[in-house]
Amino acid sequence: MIRVGDAASAPEFAEAAKGALTNAQLRRNVRHATDVIRGKRAVVVGEMDDWQALREAGSRIKAHVLEHLDTYLTRFEENCTRAGGHVHWAADADEANRIVIDIIRAHGGSEVIKVKTMTSDETRLNRALEAVGIAPYETDLADLIIQLGNDRPSHIVVPALHRNRAEIREIFLRGMQLTELGPDPEDLTTAARRFLREKFLRVPIGFSGANFLVAGTGSVCVVESEGNARMCLTLPKVLITMAGIEKVVPSLQDLEVFLQLLPRSATGERMNPYNTLWTGVTPGDGPEEFHVVLLDNGRTKVLADADARETLHCIRCAACLNACPVYRQTGGHAYGSIYSGPIGAILTPQLQGMDHSQSLPYASSLCGACYEVCPVKINIPEILIHLRRRIVEEQGSYLERLAMKGAALAFADPRWFSLAQTIGRFLQGPFERDGYVRRAPGPMAAWTATRDLPAMPRQSFREWWATRGAQRA
Amino acid sequence: MLISLFITCYNDTLFPETGKAVVTVLERLGHEVEFRDAQTCCGQMHYNTGYAAEALPLMRRTIDVFRGSGPICVPSASCVSMMRDHYPKLAAEASDPALAAEVEGFLSRVSEFSELLVDRLQVTDVGAAFPYKVTLHTSCHSLRSLHLADQPVRLLQAVRGLEFVALPRHDECCGFGGTFAVKNAEVSTAMGLEKIRSIEETGATVCAAGDNSCLMQIGGLLHRQGTAVRCMHLAEILAATDAGDGLPALRQAQGRPEHSRGTAEAGSDTYPAGVAAALRRKPGPGAR
Repeated sequence: MIRVGDAASAPEFAEAAKGALTNAQLRRNVRHATDVIRGKRAVVVGEMDDWQALREAGSRIKAHVLEHLDTYLTRFEENCTRAGGHVHWAADADEANRIVIDIIRAHGGSEVIKVKTMTSDETRLNRALEAVGIAPYETDLADLIIQLGNDRPSHIVVPALHRNRAEIREIFLRGMQLTELGPDPEDLTTAARRFLREKFLRVPIGFSGANFLVAGTGSVCVVESEGNARMCLTLPKVLITMAGIEKVVPSLQDLEVFLQLLPRSATGERMNPYNTLWTGVTPGDGPEEFHVVLLDNGRTKVLADADARETLHCIRCAACLNACPVYRQTGGHAYGSIYSGPIGAILTPQLQGMDHSQSLPYASSLCGACYEVCPVKINIPEILIHLRRRIVEEQGSYLERLAMKGAALAFADPRWFSLAQTIGRFLQGPFERDGYVRRAPGPMAAWTATRDLPAMPRQSFREWWATRGAQRA
Repeated sequence: MLISLFITCYNDTLFPETGKAVVTVLERLGHEVEFRDAQTCCGQMHYNTGYAAEALPLMRRTIDVFRGSGPICVPSASCVSMMRDHYPKLAAEASDPALAAEVEGFLSRVSEFSELLVDRLQVTDVGAAFPYKVTLHTSCHSLRSLHLADQPVRLLQAVRGLEFVALPRHDECCGFGGTFAVKNAEVSTAMGLEKIRSIEETGATVCAAGDNSCLMQIGGLLHRQGTAVRCMHLAEILAATDAGDGLPALRQAQGRPEHSRGTAEAGSDTYPAGVAAALRRKPGPGAR
């Protein structure tokens, strides 16, 4: 079954957003965190003379890969296998989870350390592991906060962005069963380090995601800020990596482009502090056994839609989330998906199916801030409109369709348009006061709940023009 | 020069003063203005909401109406962005090469109001006088689709008596977004409240913009909050002269009692009481 976290059963965006909007602490946290990252990004992007050329290069490499995805994936498989890795193909979330469980069981494992893997959030791997008695330990600091707090990620790069330091301290106290813990960042990271180091040194099976798969060499690349991924990727005897099929790039040379675009866009850093790149297995150095699970889970459906294919360019930098005025008001949970913000609004409904997550393509004012910052030039507003079209064509609301058809009819002839204006003025009569409507009926009630609506003046422009012409004549 | 006015459907219906002001400014500059009354709507609402099939005939008729015209003036950046960004795509989808060529010809004649003045007519001083402190809201479409630079600012700065004050965080969306404002009314409102806080920070008497759609959102919130800041389309400010055009309405607005209901409170997470109450109510039938 194709699954994107629990998106299929999530409430509609507008409804979920209301909860977020009344949570003052959450909104303060989201605002502060996105402001900080945006500021840092602006500085390090601003200093690049060739930023637009880099974006173009990133976009073209991704477009090229998607055109030849079959070639590059099999090339990756060949080269990874030649280097001692094992490559598995998973059509959907359930198959991917089954493959991972089978590998862990083959080694008699009951625990696994995990890092940097949105794909496993997508497949709900942790739930599947726990169901068969395997304990997963998240080792990315933010993911650890989410796991210990029984929470959901709210941001692609900074999953615990909706939590502040005081809240994290509470979560650590409870989740790590500590009796005391200081309030400073050093206190919190020291606690996390003690908690995680024990697991890094003890658990022999590691699990990760991937930022890039290199077809030409069969290598896998993971970038991060903490060093916890480096631990997770190098200490265990067995390493399993799960990656979306769109993560492949042709050659190591292409990383030159993406390793500039990604850190600057994601965290406002010139380079990631840790860049781990490995090829298969090397005797006496790192894991002795290495598996890659290549995940489709709806991606080939996205690939098949030429108007929305660009969605698969995404390198998960989350710059669009930080720039989005909607995300900045609601945070990520309102999107009901592990992929939130503008990219989530186009990715989730496409992966999960348009019958689910129907509200997401409308969760945008189409302001274009996302497209402006996207390092691989995904025209998100254009794809949002495209998905709205698909919703209207495939299902859509009957009442809305009726209203839109009616409006189209009125616009089809200026006489009908004038008539509609006259009728509108007549109907607004009982609701108007001093040139404003303060409580409108029907769909416009949503407008006047918080905003006054200017009333239609007695004379439209075209009526004024006609009288002006008559006076002149 | 004979300039053809595309008033746009919502300006025609809700903001006729903007159209009159455009006529005043262009005539003052010595141009002749025509209004082809067969015009209706560019199709943006339909297109952006997912009704491309309904938008296509509206595009066809808009192009028909302006066949053979001179420069076309559109006092709405948002409608111009619909034309520039989506008309070529609609024509391509219709697999109609003749239509595609017509779209190209049409677009070469279309200018947003401030583009027409500054870029096409090479004017910044239109002989206006407006002795008030004015800030400018730059709509997302003017900024990210039309890539308007400082045309509106240059026009405002050339107005006698006008004190221009830049709007902080000017590139943040006001939250209008067409049907978004109704489908996601609560988020739209939250975005708008932040915008009016920025506007109030400037201490301006008037908030100007090239898009009445944004001003409907901003003005609707300001009016509900009972603040004295008034919204005006750029054209209405440029139409004002020493004779006092456009000023009576403004004086009236200033004469209104000024309430403070906390919109200027620090911390963007605080809502005025009325808005918080509205958020707790059920969504309107327009919400999806």
